[in-house]
This record gives sequence, C-alpha cells and structure tokens, in this order.
Amino acid sequence: MSKRIGIETSLAIAETVKLVNVDVVAAYPITPQTHIVEHIADLCANGELDAEYIPVESEHSAMSACLGSSAGGARTFTATASQGLELMHEVLYVASGMRLPIVMAVANRAVSAPLSIWGDHSDVMSCRDTGWIQVFVENGQEAVDMTICSFIIAEDPSVLLPFMINLDGFHLSHVIEPIILPDQDEVKAFVPDFNYKYRLDPHNPVAMGDFATPAIFTEAKWANEVALTNSRAVINDVWDRFYKTFGRKYQAVETYKTEDAETLLMTMGSFSETAMTAIDAMREQGRKVGLVRIRLWRPFPFDDIYEAVKECKNLIILDRALSAGGPAGPVASEVKAALYNKSVKPAIVSIVGGLGGRDIHVSDFINMVDIGEKAIKNNDIKPFEIYGVRG
Amino acid sequence: MEDYNIFASRVVTKNEPLAPGHRACIGCGEVLAMRLAAKAFNKNTIVVNATGCMEIIASQVPYNSWRLPWIHTLFENAAAVASGIESAIKVLSRKNRIPEEEIHVVALGGDGATVDIGIQALSGAFERGHNITYICFDNEAYMNTGIQRSSATPFGASTTTSPAGKKSIGQSTWKKDTPSIMVAHNIPYVATACPSYPFDLMEKIEKALSTNGPSYIHIFSVCPTGWRTKSDLAIRLGRLAVETGVFPLYEVENGVYKMNKIETELKPLSLYTKPQGRFKHLNDDQLSAIEARIHSEYEALKEKCELTQVREDM
Repeated sequence: MSKRIGIETSLAIAETVKLVNVDVVAAYPITPQTHIVEHIADLCANGELDAEYIPVESEHSAMSACLGSSAGGARTFTATASQGLELMHEVLYVASGMRLPIVMAVANRAVSAPLSIWGDHSDVMSCRDTGWIQVFVENGQEAVDMTICSFIIAEDPSVLLPFMINLDGFHLSHVIEPIILPDQDEVKAFVPDFNYKYRLDPHNPVAMGDFATPAIFTEAKWANEVALTNSRAVINDVWDRFYKTFGRKYQAVETYKTEDAETLLMTMGSFSETAMTAIDAMREQGRKVGLVRIRLWRPFPFDDIYEAVKECKNLIILDRALSAGGPAGPVASEVKAALYNKSVKPAIVSIVGGLGGRDIHVSDFINMVDIGEKAIKNNDIKPFEIYGVRG
Repeated sequence: MEDYNIFASRVVTKNEPLAPGHRACIGCGEVLAMRLAAKAFNKNTIVVNATGCMEIIASQVPYNSWRLPWIHTLFENAAAVASGIESAIKVLSRKNRIPEEEIHVVALGGDGATVDIGIQALSGAFERGHNITYICFDNEAYMNTGIQRSSATPFGASTTTSPAGKKSIGQSTWKKDTPSIMVAHNIPYVATACPSYPFDLMEKIEKALSTNGPSYIHIFSVCPTGWRTKSDLAIRLGRLAVETGVFPLYEVENGVYKMNKIETELKPLSLYTKPQGRFKHLNDDQLSAIEARIHSEYEALKEKCELTQVREDM
C-alpha cells in the first residue's frame, strides 16, 4: 500500500529512485542538491537499493559516467545544481545527441558571481537548448510523481532522451511535505524494465559517437529535434496512465481560475502555490485574475500555452532568471515568441524577480499584477521589470 | 606482409579488432600502436575513445574501423565514461540482467586528452579503483588540432604554440612525468610501451587487461606529421627514443618498478633529435644540457627499480 508520510522533498526523490530500481547513480556534492544523493548513498549502503553509486570527482565526470552507464544499458540517475549544472554543460548535449535516457534532478540555484547557494532558475536557463526533456515541479508530491514518470518517458524506445526534473533549491528541495510514496509493487508494475537495445555489448558490437561531416550533421540534429518534439505524445500518454493508476493528474500547462480572467500571471516551479494564494486574495476583491503554470518546459508546449492565455487581455510573466542584456526574462521571451504570429494575443509584461533565493510573498504577486496592469494601461511596457530591486 | 606466416603466425593473432580501413597519416606511429594494442584485447572488450586523432581516423558516420563495441563522447572524459560502463556491467551482471562474464573496459586517449584536459577525470577514476585499463597514446603535442604544445611535449620541441624563435627555445618546460603520477594513485599496474617493441607492448596490454583494478599504459607514439620527420621513420625513432633514454620501457606492478630494457650505454641524443624537424633549431650546447638531464632521469629510474625491488622481496 502506498503511504502518506511527512518527508523532505529531496529524500522523497531519493526514495523514488529506489522505487524505480535505478542501477547506477553518479553524483558530486553541491548545495542544495546534496540531500538527494546523500540519501541514495544511504539506501545503497543499507542494501535497500541495489545500485552502483559512483562518487565522482566533479559534475563533469558525473554526467560523463552517466553517459557510460546508460550506454552500458543501466538505468541511470544523477542530481545537481547551479555551478554543477554549468560544469556538466557540454556533456548535456552529448547525452541528448547520443540518445541516452539519463534522468537528472536539478535543485535550481543561482549561478556565481556573486556566489549564492540560494534558489532561482539561472542555472537551468542556460540549458534550454541542450535537447533534454525538462519539467518544473511545484511540490514534493509532483517531484516524486515526475521522477517515476521520467524514467518511463526517457527510456521509451521511441523517445530515448535524457530527462531533467527541475525543483526549486531550498524552497522545495529542503521542505518537509506530506507526500504519498507509492508502494514498491505498484511502481514495479507501472515502470517497465530498461532494456536498451543499443547497449555496448561485446556480443553485438555497436559504435556510438562517431563524428559527423557537414553532409550528415544537420540530419542528425534534425532527427534529435523530431524525437524531442514527438516525445510529447509519450509524455501525455505516461501522465494519463499515471492518473489512471495513481489518481494524480498532470498536464503540460496548468491553469487556476483562468476562466473569465482578464489578467493572468504566469509562473514556473514552487512559487506557483504562493501565486495561487495571491489569485484567491485578488479574486476576493473582485479582480478578474488567474494563474497559468508551465510544467513542461521542453518540448515547449506551444498549443497548451496559447489555449491557456488566448482569452486574457494582460499576461504578466514571472521569471526567476535574468537574461543578461536580453529582450526579457527567458520564459517571457519564449512565450512572446510563441504568440507573436497569433492574431489574437494578450499584452505581455515580463517581470524578473526572486533571484538568488529572495522570497516572493503573496503581496509581491499582487504588486506584480498591479505593475503589469498599470504598464499595459499606460502603454508603457518596458522590455522587462526587475521586481523589488533597491538602489 | 608476405612473410607474416613465416615469422609471426604462431606468436601474434591475425585478428585485427582495428580494421585496416582508417584515415591516419602515412607512417603514423600512433595508429600502429593502437592496432597492436587492439590485437592484444580480448574479444570481450569495450573501447572508450577520447576525442583526438585516433577517434577521428577510426570514425565517421556511418563508418567505423572498430570491430569491438566502441564509444566516443568528449575530449576530457574517457576515464569517467569508462568508469560508468564498468559500473553498469557490474550491477547488471549482479542483477542477472546480462550474462556473467569478464568484460574489459579500455579507455584510449592522446597525450592532450590524458595528461592535460583529462587528467582530473583519469585521476578520479583511478582513485575510485574502477576495473578499467587506460591507454595514453603520447605523440607529444595536440596533433589533431595542428601540432600545439601539451604538457607532454618535450623540452626544446618547436610546436605551433611553442615555436622556436630568437627569444624562444621552443617548448620551455620539461615533459610531465605522467606514469609517475599514475603510480602515485597506488594502482596495481602502470607501464610504458612503444610500438617499435611490439611484443613487449602486447604483453603489457594483456597484463593490464588481466589486472584486477585500474591499469595504465603510456605508449610512445611517433608522429611524422607533427615531428617533421620522414614518414618511414616511426619504428626507428621509437627504438632510438628507448636507446637514448628519452623514453625508457618499464613497468610498475604494485609499486615495484622494473625496467624491461636496460641500456648499458645510452646512445647519443643527436641520433634521435637530428631526423626531427621539431628539434632542428637546437644547438650542441642546448642538446648537451637536455641529454644530461635525460641521463640523470635514467639513472634515477634505475635507482627506483632497485629501491622498490626491496618491497617485492619483503
């Protein structure tokens, strides 16, 4: 029987790694991801999880060892954050380019300098084009459920792509929440074994990672892109099956009180729960506001986002990352680009806030809606607003 | 190779895990070393290749010269990738998902991939004790990108990023002693080899593969293109490197040093340097100074053999 327990999100992810019977974990310590891999190391040390735990000397080697273990046919997991994600950056492209279904949890954190161990989305925003499937989770339960689903999606023979689960560093990774951990047998029945058809096997030699000349490189990249785009069907299917089996429903884009809303907030990650409280407060005052939350970041859910925002007049998008010298926050830039050719679309205000672990409270979300509505009303929309900055 | 059957059929396998179809330069000593090494691989071997000459000459979608399972990912991470493969084999075998049998994981890299950019990943993999063999094919510079100096480039050699000139002797630093760094990891087997001594090379590969734990082989690989030599000199220059003391052949088993070929009298260094364009700017005084240090290092190596022999006798 599945049980509902109070558990830290990081530990719950580690417990889920056990439930899906991961074979190899290669990881390097970095705050705020460490609790995940520490607990996995514990599970291995206690014999609760039969896996090889490779305590590598860097994140670059963590992801490189993951390439090797995945190519060797082992179900592979790692976790990182911030500088660690940046250090493994070049390896991320190889994981997707070589179609290796590695699953990685990223406890999102700011990137130096100045050094900050606290959360925002700066780290992962440099990884948008790495070819990984990427989701942003809102709470501990979702982190667990996405971890279960991620292996099925990534390892599906028609997908074979790496999968990144983004969870907010500290704000989510270190929070103890009531979480339903499914029963081992339930998970075993739901998650098929990983049988990698192309694994490195002396009895059936394959060559992996040949270089490509200009005559074939474009075709190789296009094949990757088609696989990533087509993974959406598998993602939908796995989430549907998850709903039927476990009763919790997930979709690419979530909406909250968006019917009849004139102004919509758009968020990603755990701050969305605070935003919902802000929406409730504003609704009580009679304001027609709602919330859109993006769960699936790659492949980008164009149609879902359009469906969610096409009726509203004002769209206010919160980014927890700064695109230095760029046109707006990263999420706002992409949503703007996605809507550009639509004849009916809302006015969009990009707000950057919550950097380096700075909290965003209910009152802040209400302020953001005020700022956004005012800018649109006065026809004074800047490329982006930086929220709450001093000096 | 019409005399092959007369001389070598009983001592060397005719198997060629590295097929003759590849794109190495004429006279390449490195691909010869790789071919010989491959002949000594067991058929249950998985090859991990770092980016570099040996990777690009053997691969190009959709062709590959390897008859063994082969993987290339990046420049600096071959040892880490190998450690992941070894771990996968271990756990899948334990969980009865693959047949229980010995599978060797061998990582290959050039000197740049090994002693410069990849030394961290290599050090990590060896420290963790993975059962892998790492082979460094040392041609003493970044040849694939156009003869740039590495930390394995010998003192005085002119390269494109350590050019000799009015104010430059060429490479201004002494070659990094990578085998010693590997020995310092307390791994069970470290050896040097050279394709001019093919049987020694192949025996060492076999020994490395049968070692339980990490093993390292550093292979001297003559590069006619980068060393500015004639293309028929790879074997001769390899021999001269050993006979002049530039590249001694030795192995270190569990910390015990043993020289495989002891020169009672080292040949003059100029025999080795003269045919090479990369050294042609060096004058006699400079060559003498280099020779003196080579001799002193040779003596130090012999001493190490004597000193560590005590450990074996214990």
